[in-house]
Amino acid sequence: MGRIRTIARRTFLIGSAAVLGGVAFGVWRVRTPYPNPLADRLEAGEASFNPWVLIGPEKITLITPHADKGQGVASAQAALIADELDLEFGQFEISFGQPDRAYWNRGAADEGVPFMATDDGMIAGAARSVAGGAIKLLGLMMTGGSTAMTDSFDKLREAGAVARETLKLAAAQQTGIPVDRLATGEGAVLLPDGTRLPYTALAATAAGIEPVGAVRLRSPREWRLIGKPMQRLDMAAKCTGTMRYGIDISMDGMLHAAIRTNPRQGGALLGFDASAARGMRGVREIVEVTGGVAVVADNSWRAQQAVQAIACDWGPAPYPAAQADHWAEVAASFTEERRDSTWRDDGDIDKALAAGTAVEAEYRAPYVAHQPMEPLNATVLVTGEAVDVWCGQQIARQLQQIVGKVTGHKADAVRFHNQFMGGSFGHRLEFDFVRQAAEIANKMRGTPVKLTYTREEDFAHDYPRPLGIARGRGAVTDGRVTGIDLEIAAPSVMASQMGRAGIPMGGPDAQIAAGAWNNPYDLPHYRMRAYRVPKLAPVSSWRSVGASANGLFFDSFLDEVIHAAGADPMEERIRLMGHDVSRKVLEAVAEMSSWGGELAPGKGRGVAFVESFGVPCAEVVEVTDTGQGIRIDKVWVAADVGTVIDPVNFENLVQGGVIFGLGHAINSEITYADGIAQQTNYPDAEGMRLYQCPEIFVRGLENGSKVRGIGEPPVPPAAPALANAVFAATGQRLREMPFGRFMRFV
Amino acid sequence: MKLIVNGAPREIDVEPDMPLLWVLRDELGLTGTKYGCGVAACGACTVHVDGEAVFSCVTPAGDVEGAEITTIEGLGQPGALHALQAAWIEHQVAQCGYCQSGQIMRAADLLAQTPDPSDDEIDDALSANLCRCGTYPRIRAAVKSVARTMREG
Repeated sequence: MGRIRTIARRTFLIGSAAVLGGVAFGVWRVRTPYPNPLADRLEAGEASFNPWVLIGPEKITLITPHADKGQGVASAQAALIADELDLEFGQFEISFGQPDRAYWNRGAADEGVPFMATDDGMIAGAARSVAGGAIKLLGLMMTGGSTAMTDSFDKLREAGAVARETLKLAAAQQTGIPVDRLATGEGAVLLPDGTRLPYTALAATAAGIEPVGAVRLRSPREWRLIGKPMQRLDMAAKCTGTMRYGIDISMDGMLHAAIRTNPRQGGALLGFDASAARGMRGVREIVEVTGGVAVVADNSWRAQQAVQAIACDWGPAPYPAAQADHWAEVAASFTEERRDSTWRDDGDIDKALAAGTAVEAEYRAPYVAHQPMEPLNATVLVTGEAVDVWCGQQIARQLQQIVGKVTGHKADAVRFHNQFMGGSFGHRLEFDFVRQAAEIANKMRGTPVKLTYTREEDFAHDYPRPLGIARGRGAVTDGRVTGIDLEIAAPSVMASQMGRAGIPMGGPDAQIAAGAWNNPYDLPHYRMRAYRVPKLAPVSSWRSVGASANGLFFDSFLDEVIHAAGADPMEERIRLMGHDVSRKVLEAVAEMSSWGGELAPGKGRGVAFVESFGVPCAEVVEVTDTGQGIRIDKVWVAADVGTVIDPVNFENLVQGGVIFGLGHAINSEITYADGIAQQTNYPDAEGMRLYQCPEIFVRGLENGSKVRGIGEPPVPPAAPALANAVFAATGQRLREMPFGRFMRFV
Repeated sequence: MKLIVNGAPREIDVEPDMPLLWVLRDELGLTGTKYGCGVAACGACTVHVDGEAVFSCVTPAGDVEGAEITTIEGLGQPGALHALQAAWIEHQVAQCGYCQSGQIMRAADLLAQTPDPSDDEIDDALSANLCRCGTYPRIRAAVKSVARTMREG
């Protein structure tokens, strides 16, 4: 039906890459695994069975290549391997490893194809398979899109199982005991008489054995670690100040750099006068970089003071100088020429609306900055032969290419030492800070240089989430919602971001519609059209990307139509829901919150449901109108990720996602004046502080067929659930973020 | 200039207006104290000066000459945890963890002044510190658990 027709009309990020890749490499390349990068670097007595397991005579190292931004993915990856390998936490070290094609992200295909995550059909499956092949050919090693667990779940358990079975073969060879009489436990092969042969003692023998091929993965009943509360491997270090982040890197002879680039993003440096800075204490070098200037000194603060003392002449912004002009461009984009795609066209919405349009409304979402707590930083050492880069970044192999281009090295000569990150929220998908550190260090070859952004520089150069406008019209009949016509206009985040990353991108941008087109409701009449606003300020993925704004647009507008129908917000959503797993999520949150019960005077509740990154997530927010402002009292959340890897970390991430969603919906935006972001530090856009934080109750469901990530999906329903709750308490609809501009929150 | 950091005298040669934060991080290599905003807005740089929590990013080194400075490294160590650090681990508080040194130093100051804080007192004190990952529910729970232990001995 319609789906085949629509896929023919669409090309995609992955679709276009697949064509390129297929022509260049042929199908066989898609089916052949990449060689194990650890195999080339083995030392005497070390064995590696695949790219994730390295066992030597002294220690066991698990390679956990997905970047850890704070979401705990290093521990989760290790747990997947350790569960099958019969290792306990404490018996191994972890390493992010070196970038390699072998670590390509198998989970990234779902977001790259034009099919709903809830679509399990054959065509959707085939498209994902093609997209996965393209990602493999690109060797895209990327942490993002809540894909780390989808990518890792089978792959890393297999890696552990292959290592376990190969170590058993090694033990059989050493002892002469048949392999079927051997068992494993706590880092050792167990002989029938109870003797333990530690894996480390088997490494030398195992190194000479071809790793086993087919392995049977354990059933959920046999899991020791997966699904149980874990103690994260990074926790003690993070609670004692001993975790070393990128910003904490230190080495002999290292110098500190501070930078200023044109605050009109992408604008030129027309000239500068550094005479005042040159004589300041500790200053070693003043270096011109693309679009700006840096000072290298013996101390970060001295570098910051000196760079501020440089007089710079900045060129104009390559986008409208005034915020009002950004909004005007978005508002003017609801045209045929700018239509990016029609994502849904179910039933006959025009006819349904002609019979009576019950509601019309316009919604807005602003630019929002990422601003993780650890300011962007990178340490780079350039020598003739190689470049070493120490920082936290999420697209490892692109980083190598970008740095290599700056320094004139081949990408393979760029050694990237990924670091635990003090947050990202999408910020560390970007490359500017690494490129700039490479430009500076390249002019000081042989000296390691650490570039640290000031918070002000970080705000000025935060590529924010795109702004957007949505226009909705809704129809009701006999107390039921019958139709929705939703149009969304926004700049393309993927074109802007992937352009900077050097990753091919063609066709419509699914993120303009994500969180709106893909909610699995069975509305009799539903049309969802996306419009691409021409390039404005550069924009980037912000935790949950398109759904972070579109969740509000879709769900709060649906809430308005439900209200117009006179139906109950929860019951009508459940009635309309056309997907069992999603319906159970709504039913769970209804049960958790005792939806429908009596509320005290001044209180109101709202529910919202948004599917993002394949995860159906429903939230109920309860607020009180205190007279002095709205207080957010409680939030209930249910989400289905197929399998909850670690229930403790799951709860922490969901609570954090809700707080991120609520805090920014209330408090945060980026606006431009004279082409410069007006928000310069946390007091201007800080998200939520502890005093505003509600109680948050979490339930993870496991009805979905695929293992999914939870980093992003709790964010999109938070804003609409809050807006819907405020309406229930006060009768006022909040249709534009940040809500704090229209309503006081206490 | 002489500073007393975690009980030990340290001789440093810096401008008196260099913030204590950068002295700790770049001159003394004590990187557990974090740079977040530089304007006393986020609390990642929180340390104790003579037993009281301060924002080290706006505290000139010259102002704390001779004072007792305690950083997260001086509060407790992986082998000898402070009660708050143990509670933080028990509650698995951290996500990115970058703010947690400051959160723990702020909480230690609160419990030193107010051993049995009310919910509002916890909210007031800890709202000086920002957490962008949103670990607030766990921070509250960890602080309360330590206060309860102190109360019940």
